[in-house]
Amino acid sequence: MNDSEKILKLLENDSTLTAEQLAAMCEKEVGDIKDMIEKYEKDGVILGYKTIIDWDKTDREYVSALIELKVAPQRDRGFDRVAEKIYNYPEVQSVYLMSGSFDLTVILEGRTMKEVAYFVAQKLAPMEFIVSTATHFVLRKYKDKGVIYGSTEVDERGNYC
Amino acid sequence: MDYSKVLSKNVVALQPSGIRKFFDLLDNMQDVIALTVGQPDFVTPWHIREAAIESLEKGKTYYTSNLGLMELRTEIANYMKRRFSLSYNPANEVVVTVGGSEAIDLAIRALINPGDEVIVPIPSFVCYDPLVHMAGGVPVIVPTHEKDNFKLTAETLKAAITPRTKLLVLPFPNNPTGAVLDRNDLEAIADVLRSTDIMVLSDEIYAELTYGAKHISIASLDGMRERTIIVSGFSKAYAMTGWRLGYTLAPAEVTQQMFKIHQYGIMCAPTTSQYAAIEALKNGDEDIEFMTDEYNRRRRYIVNGLQSIGVECFEPLGAFYVFPNIGKFGMSSEEFCERLLYEHKLAIVPGTAFGASGEGFARISYAYSIKHITAALEKMEAFIKKIK
Repeated sequence: MNDSEKILKLLENDSTLTAEQLAAMCEKEVGDIKDMIEKYEKDGVILGYKTIIDWDKTDREYVSALIELKVAPQRDRGFDRVAEKIYNYPEVQSVYLMSGSFDLTVILEGRTMKEVAYFVAQKLAPMEFIVSTATHFVLRKYKDKGVIYGSTEVDERGNYC
Repeated sequence: MDYSKVLSKNVVALQPSGIRKFFDLLDNMQDVIALTVGQPDFVTPWHIREAAIESLEKGKTYYTSNLGLMELRTEIANYMKRRFSLSYNPANEVVVTVGGSEAIDLAIRALINPGDEVIVPIPSFVCYDPLVHMAGGVPVIVPTHEKDNFKLTAETLKAAITPRTKLLVLPFPNNPTGAVLDRNDLEAIADVLRSTDIMVLSDEIYAELTYGAKHISIASLDGMRERTIIVSGFSKAYAMTGWRLGYTLAPAEVTQQMFKIHQYGIMCAPTTSQYAAIEALKNGDEDIEFMTDEYNRRRRYIVNGLQSIGVECFEPLGAFYVFPNIGKFGMSSEEFCERLLYEHKLAIVPGTAFGASGEGFARISYAYSIKHITAALEKMEAFIKKIK
């Protein structure tokens, strides 16, 4: 891994690291780090900074689902046009083109199962070129984006040596 | 019962370690940010833990050979060859021990006759002096200095040698200073020793945690293998402190004697830990690289942070400690650390816990997350501003 990949990796793990902190950690100039990040943002390498939240620990009603879509590809456009139509819905968290027995994975968020089910039935299923849908509700998240849910960091190390 | 009559005079005479005293203060306080811990903050990599679980599932719950599983000793020999260009015969030059600590004890007890002198550089880990005492030897304490980057110099060594000198303890990369010895430093020390019968106990437990050049073992220098006992272990390199597994590497004649002590006192190192260690050595090189990279970033971050708040700090190139100079603040190390603890709830260890020459310094561990270190530096800054 080269230096810039290392910095990307550090930011991927913790986007709250400041340019000053990254500079000290990697023995670089603060200005160089700022330039690097700015360029990555401009080039679309860094697409955004988000926070991982365990909504189950809040009062917010929340459910997420993974939907398998079989899609008839369009001439010259493949699956892109359909994917684009789907990802424009704000309820849609992720859209992936898959290899294997179905074509698109869509990850949806809603307040209730009913809301998600309606979205699939009314928005996704009737969409042109969509052949079939299969909805799988997420019952519990154990780990997401490399973070284990439910664990809080407790330093169990004693002072012994 | 009058216990003063029954207890061993040797043991009663041992002083509790200075570091223990400070940790006892700490244990009684709440909400302290500590930079005191001398062990990795990583959990042992999963594939290593899994190998241990698998060994239990397969019912590997018996004693192993006294020396340790032959497969493990072979892997240790392969590892030393691969990473430090050293050749040891797994059949009769390796003892698998209960941590590096047992390995140190074996080495000292196998060599020391009553009255033999053992040169112990300080600041250093707290166990050498008491273990030499227990073996009936005489520790000859040799301070290292900041002006020498806390290295043991050939001149200092030469001055400490007497006709009774039996052993030199060489604890590098060093806890608590983070000092390392490069090839030139080692050559100079070897030049002093080659014409003598003095043995070297090279404590290389932090060998994998270096941030400049790769660690060089003194045993790899011409004529030094025959007079060196390497002690090392899995705790620091693979984040395996709780598994209690270490080893000695020494010529067969010395190993034979250490083996006897180990056999009668210990039997064998824990079997489950030994299976975990085989996996660590076979497939753990990448874990070492990952953890070392992470420590290195924290090291740079904390050295930079200390300097920016006006605390001078020699650049440590090994282990996971910084050893800043706090002499200019006009109080003893102990007072500095106690005030920091009581007034700002930040715990670092007074340098004097590692020998008298640690006066004027403190040990700060960076085996902590960047967030934790940042919070600690803020507390330190507030304290420095107050006392300046």
